[in-house]
Amino acid sequence: MYKMHLLVCGGTGCRATQSKQIEENLRAELKAKGLENDAQVIITGCFGFCEKGPIVKILPDNTFYVGVESEDAAEIVEEHVLKGRRVERLLYTDPENKEHISDSKHMGFYQKQIRIALRNCGFIDPENIDEYIARDGYFALGKVLEMSQTEAIEIMKKSGLRGRGGGGFPTGLKWEIAYNNKADQKYVVCNADEGDPGAFMDRSILEGDPHSIIEAMTICGYCIGASKGLVYIRAEYPLAITRLQIALKQAREYGLIGKNILGRNFDFDIELRYGAGAFVCGEETALIHSMEGLRGEPTVKPPYPAESGYLGKPTNVNNVETFANVPVIFLKGHEWFSSIGTAKSKGTKVFAITGKINNVGLIEVPMGITLREVIYEVGGGIKDGKMFKAVQTGGPSGGCLTEKHLDTPIDYDSLLAVGSMMGSGGMIVMDEDDCMVSIARFYLEFILEESCGKCTPCRIGNKRLHEILKKITEGKGEPADIERLKALGNVIKDTSLCGLGQTAPNPVLSTISNFEDEYLAHVNEKRCPAGQCKALLKYEVDENLCTGCTLCFRNCPVGAITGERRQPHHVNQSLCIKCGVCLEKCKFNAILLT
Amino acid sequence: MDTVNLIIDNKPVVVKAGTTILEAASGIGVHVPTLCHMKLSDLNIENKPGDCRVCMVEVKGRKNLVPACCTEVSNGMEVNTHSIRVINARRTVLELILSDHPADCLICPKSGKCDLQNLAHKLGIREIHYQGEQSHYRADTSPAIIRDIDKCIMCRRCEMMCNKVQTVGVLSAINRGFYSVVSPAFEMNLDHSVCTYCGQCVAVCPTGALTEVDETGNVIRALSDPSKTVIVQTAPAVRAALGEEFDMEPGTLVTGKLVAALKRLGFDYVFDTDFAADLTIMEEGTELLNRLSRKLSGDKDVKLPILTSCCPAWVKFFEHQFPELKDIPSTARSPQQMFGSIAKNWFAEKLGIKREDLVVVSIMPCVAKKYECGRDEFKANGNPDVDFALTTREFAALIKVSNIDFSTLPDEDFDNPLGESSGAGVIFGTTGGVIEAAVRTAYELFTNKPLPRIDFDELRGMEGIRQATIDFGGLPLKIGIAHGLGNARKLLEDVQAGKSEFHAIEIMSCPGGCIGGGGQPYHHGNAEILKKRQMALYREDKNKVIRKSHENKYIIELYKEFLEKPLSEKAHHLLHTEYFDRT
Repeated sequence: MYKMHLLVCGGTGCRATQSKQIEENLRAELKAKGLENDAQVIITGCFGFCEKGPIVKILPDNTFYVGVESEDAAEIVEEHVLKGRRVERLLYTDPENKEHISDSKHMGFYQKQIRIALRNCGFIDPENIDEYIARDGYFALGKVLEMSQTEAIEIMKKSGLRGRGGGGFPTGLKWEIAYNNKADQKYVVCNADEGDPGAFMDRSILEGDPHSIIEAMTICGYCIGASKGLVYIRAEYPLAITRLQIALKQAREYGLIGKNILGRNFDFDIELRYGAGAFVCGEETALIHSMEGLRGEPTVKPPYPAESGYLGKPTNVNNVETFANVPVIFLKGHEWFSSIGTAKSKGTKVFAITGKINNVGLIEVPMGITLREVIYEVGGGIKDGKMFKAVQTGGPSGGCLTEKHLDTPIDYDSLLAVGSMMGSGGMIVMDEDDCMVSIARFYLEFILEESCGKCTPCRIGNKRLHEILKKITEGKGEPADIERLKALGNVIKDTSLCGLGQTAPNPVLSTISNFEDEYLAHVNEKRCPAGQCKALLKYEVDENLCTGCTLCFRNCPVGAITGERRQPHHVNQSLCIKCGVCLEKCKFNAILLT
Repeated sequence: MDTVNLIIDNKPVVVKAGTTILEAASGIGVHVPTLCHMKLSDLNIENKPGDCRVCMVEVKGRKNLVPACCTEVSNGMEVNTHSIRVINARRTVLELILSDHPADCLICPKSGKCDLQNLAHKLGIREIHYQGEQSHYRADTSPAIIRDIDKCIMCRRCEMMCNKVQTVGVLSAINRGFYSVVSPAFEMNLDHSVCTYCGQCVAVCPTGALTEVDETGNVIRALSDPSKTVIVQTAPAVRAALGEEFDMEPGTLVTGKLVAALKRLGFDYVFDTDFAADLTIMEEGTELLNRLSRKLSGDKDVKLPILTSCCPAWVKFFEHQFPELKDIPSTARSPQQMFGSIAKNWFAEKLGIKREDLVVVSIMPCVAKKYECGRDEFKANGNPDVDFALTTREFAALIKVSNIDFSTLPDEDFDNPLGESSGAGVIFGTTGGVIEAAVRTAYELFTNKPLPRIDFDELRGMEGIRQATIDFGGLPLKIGIAHGLGNARKLLEDVQAGKSEFHAIEIMSCPGGCIGGGGQPYHHGNAEILKKRQMALYREDKNKVIRKSHENKYIIELYKEFLEKPLSEKAHHLLHTEYFDRT
């Protein structure tokens, strides 16, 4: 028995900042001190607090070290493991009172979180099935196999779990439809084609707790009568793929997937299918076509995959996070699950919060929590004390919400009601320096890249929206352009074939509706209030402050500044490329940016 | 039968369950405009990707508009096909398509027959509110088909034809988003691909993105060159469709006017490919009987079934896709090439001119014929047996450009000796026709008895794959028929697997046979037109005095005077060919 466990985050974020080296150094230090039989180093999935990574957590005293570097290994082993003293400098500092906090449950970031889908991430070694089993893993599967299919589906329905991929369709109902469609072969598909910019919850779950997905898919297979499962996963998730492959091998060895699972007359096995990273392949019909080897583009629904999906057979598609909730529902009961959340949105939701926020990371919060609580308490507020301006939820399909929406409870229906959506869980926070027209343009650029090109409104309409936005940000907008954006945006929503096109204009329409002033300033005054649109910026010299030091003149790369020594200088606007060097170099604040 | 009650534009409608809104509306005279949708009912061909978004309609209670072409009706549904929301959306969608489409209608080969142009007219588009960048691609010219992909609107009809119907698999969507377009993989040129030039992509393209290579200029030049003798042959299916180009009812037979028009255009001799069809039957029929009697006498090496070889797209198809079966088809050249060979090798000599001074033009329902006449094996010292192959559409254009009022032309007769044909030659233009013609001759040659009946209804029809057994004086001759290369593939796979029980199989690449050829007047998705053309050919056959190829007296004379007998050495040299492995 080990007396101490050193959990080192092995998520992609911490891996990128050398957590592998930390792990190796910790092992070496333990060995050098002869402690290898007393303390164990474990690589876990993501802890979520990516802002402060790499993270090392020590059990049993729950010490949470942040921003650890590989050279810190010696001190951790010497001080903490050997002498039982915390390394104070590696503890998290509360931004309010500047005190060190050693236990993560006292940190603002974690206090309001309830971790269901992420329950094992950062806790167990994802490459060891025994650790999953020790946490009641596969126990839910055992319970379900004791029930009839309809009994199990009924529990899913009563839990109130809704699809976490964005649509919010009731999961139990989806299973029931697939169950009711009779066929010689059915399929369970896990949608791991996570594509929202900045979102990585599915990747973290697969990296940190792959067995929970395998268990849930097997439960689903039993419920709907499928013997084959497929995980459609982006090829850009190599670590998640590796961990999933290891987990599948272990589950097969333990007889938890394969033939006659747990001695029952039930066979189920899972294969991986790799996606090339097209955003539209997150749409279930496009995903299925991609798995079939066809061009990844959606088709008109109905028929829904539950009737005619993969290879024309009834297919149930759920997203990773949805599946991650399933075993817990059977372990703790649908009553427990549905006690969390709001009337129509049960349980929790994982968000990847990012942007101009202090605590960038992965969080899991109960449905019904407000945007304000997430941004200011969990997220720790806006970076550098700047003013909050907007929050984008729902990824490129969602909308930008403002100050007045901050007390909106986060659930499927409330977000929809204020012109945004839950989406798969991207949450990007913007501050006063962000130009909302540019933000809308950025999201449309993403859509242009990711549109499959099948239907006219998405293929050409979004291109035209983007062209108008580009024109506005370049100072060439006309007053009629705003109306054209609205008119075209609404037609695109009304006529596009799939969810991608139907929601593509949302960032444009929501920014027009919430930040019309900013659009008007761009169009009428040729001014970007946030100072982001280069073409609209004007660098001028304040003649009263200018000392004629010639520093700006000498540094201007295009010779746009003229003036005599000790005389006020002047910026030739027709030559200026708005690089900002003059502003940076001026020691007298004489360069005005308007 | 389950019925569904719904309301369309305030009118109650009762239709069969499973009907689409588009079909239900059409039943009460509400014609919702479409663009990508196309349905050839009797041929089981439908393009319904729901991607152009022109047929959008409003359904009460639905958040978004729905496409009428692929939304099934349900009880109590209330549909509005022309609310302001619908009209605005439909016009905006069309304006978007037009904003990414070259506005060169005045000089576009498709002008006047373009579904996109018609739709813009129908919806009264006068301004495009959303101008912007247009996508540009490299134009691609092949021996038969031109791809001007700037005009592709992603309706995917060609892709459906090429993949699902023909199983050739050359055309598919490439690129993404705004730059999506239908093309061979990697934007390869068609002539580097396994394209058969069947032209079904051209036949269904709603715009000018896919058209045939225009040879009318070359023909006009030849006609005005006094040093050339210019002769013309016209394929059977042309006479049943050409009238459509002059606003006549589909299925109107215009054989006499067609001849009159060709004479007015200045052709020195106006001949009939049907004559060459009779010749084909003599050769191919004899080949069948040869193989059959060798088989009956126990020859194990003999290849059966024999496959027809009249269709150049079909020939190219098996050369690419089933090269190991290239010994199975008949070695007989197609009627177009038999005609060309006889013209350049026999008729030129008869006229006392060099083959180089004889220009052979053919009028074909087909775009693959353009490719076929350019194949090296059909040339002597670089001079092709057939110089130019025009489609039915190009022929109509030639008539129009020459100020000929087609509808008032008198009926005139083909010239001799290559203008007389039997009814058997006429029905070559429809699926089932070649094999019926072959049966009429082969039966009499095999049994030495007159046919008890001339019409073989069991070989006729529009089913994609058909089979029949004909009693050849005690020998049950098993016959298979396929039209559309996808159907052909199925029969070929059986042959490949040794499961085929047929003695003879007729294959035509185009749905319906040559009447539905890629060079015919556009059917715009109306399968009735194909059926009427088919009926017209059977009518022409019925009205012929001679209905069996071997009774055509000019054929008999040609053998007597020149070819000796079917499969003679001379016939073998001039009328037969070989096939190549193109993999």
